[in-house]
Amino acid sequence: MKKLVTLVLLLVIVGATWLFIPKKAEQASNKPGMERLVLTGSSTVAPLAAEIGRRFEALHSNVRVDVQTGGSSRGINDVRSGLADIGMASRALKENESGLFSFTIATDGIGMIVNRANPVTALDRQQIIDIYTGKITDWQAVGGNADPITVVNKAEGHSTLELFLHHFDLQNSAVKAHVIIGDNQQGIKTVAGNPDAIGYVSIGSAEYEAQHDAAIKLLPLDGVAASVENVQNGAFPLARPLNLVTRSEPAGIIKAFIEFARSRQVDDLVMAQYFVPVAH
Amino acid sequence: MIWSWHNILSLSRTDSILAALLRLCALLSAAIVILILLFLISESWPVLQHVPLSRFISDASWHPAQGLYNIAPMLGATLLSSLGAVLLATPLGIASALFCHYYAPTALAIWHRRTIALLAGIPSVVYGFWGLTTLAPLIGRLHPPGVSLLTGIVVLTMMILPTVALTVDAALAGVPAAYLRGAAALGLTRWSMINGVVLPAARSGIASGIMLAAVRAIGETMAILMVAGNVVQYPDSLFASVRTLTANIALEMAYAMGDHRAALFVTGLALLAMVLLLVGFAEFFKQDAAHV
Repeated sequence: MKKLVTLVLLLVIVGATWLFIPKKAEQASNKPGMERLVLTGSSTVAPLAAEIGRRFEALHSNVRVDVQTGGSSRGINDVRSGLADIGMASRALKENESGLFSFTIATDGIGMIVNRANPVTALDRQQIIDIYTGKITDWQAVGGNADPITVVNKAEGHSTLELFLHHFDLQNSAVKAHVIIGDNQQGIKTVAGNPDAIGYVSIGSAEYEAQHDAAIKLLPLDGVAASVENVQNGAFPLARPLNLVTRSEPAGIIKAFIEFARSRQVDDLVMAQYFVPVAH
Repeated sequence: MIWSWHNILSLSRTDSILAALLRLCALLSAAIVILILLFLISESWPVLQHVPLSRFISDASWHPAQGLYNIAPMLGATLLSSLGAVLLATPLGIASALFCHYYAPTALAIWHRRTIALLAGIPSVVYGFWGLTTLAPLIGRLHPPGVSLLTGIVVLTMMILPTVALTVDAALAGVPAAYLRGAAALGLTRWSMINGVVLPAARSGIASGIMLAAVRAIGETMAILMVAGNVVQYPDSLFASVRTLTANIALEMAYAMGDHRAALFVTGLALLAMVLLLVGFAEFFKQDAAHV
């Protein structure tokens, strides 16, 4: 009997808490003049957008910026369906995505990476294609050690993959990968841990990790060194814009955020992520 | 006796409240499984409408962006990696539990048990991270690329080992002391007592422990995603890279839309079907064993 009373009491307490918590949350979001800005999309843009959002919140005390990741296509989809105010896309809009407005906040390059112990210093376009399609399977064929190549590819849906395939004019089903990775970090860790691996990741994060003792090195592409500098001056061939996307002509708080994200005030944040700021 | 009959047949007011409460809780927990199943079916419906189920095992490959949806290699990878892990973890876990119960001094046994319990509490992403940065390069030195079926099996083994060890430990503790005394009275050695009396008596507990571990291995996602390499293929050796069903969902779900997304839910359905089959088998064998 006593136990039953305790049980019922416990349930009442749980129920009461449950009733109270949403009320408090509602109060917070319903505070007069409080505005919420939801950004979804590319996992490459998201960390930058979150930093920009934090600074934006500091300047506008009545705005809360909510950043969620899920890939470029997801971001564009969410903007279309109204789930998000602003979509983040780490690529230019496709032809079937017209009607949306996109604003470039930074540029990023995609660079080929190999392990630091690998003696190979450059690969030409055809060599990379042959490696990724399985025609070259040993580093010896491209001037390296006599070791089998480990090809690292990205999982389907990532814009880095789309851009890479597009640049080298490949079909994903033609790629003979040995390892498939999700995000940039996993790619860098995989290549750093395997002396015979080759992969491609965002130059921003690769350059950062290479300077922080990850055992990787960036290879030049078409004779152009893979560096933030070359992405900035437009010399690097495999680069992509990082965009904010809206459904209609931005107005109000959305406009303010986009203008802020493209202003000089966030250049340091863009560079801290090893991206390249837009020209002002 | 009469008192308890009375109590069961005509429920008092508190009892009927409790009964209602219990019914509600039971209904809720049963409903969750059904709801998950319905949800999976409804989410995968868009693709099932125009892609027949048979194509999920007969397509040339898994390239959802190009409309190819073969999940059979991933089914195989899930089965192989779980099977490998269970094969490795079972003897280790049983040995650990036997050592704890019948060979270790009490103080050591207590600490051993605590260590195993700690092993069970380590988050899977930590195992994955360790596997990716330490184990994969080691195995890569044997045979590249390092991230492979074997790496996956080793990491999974470490993750399910505590499950096996702890459940077998509990099963051994449940063996009636009278059996042990009987065995001792017959003058059996410690090993013949374990082999002839304890293990047969604890058989069903051990079996359900292994089953639990197998289900955990099948459902494991984060660690296997980081160490197995994720290439969709039938592995031609232990060193080949594979992608499990769970890794497929985790890897692509965040970026998938339309048919691709629905196809991932089909992957989820396949996973659920696999676990149901496994549990079904376990029940079947349990009944079988009970009749013997």
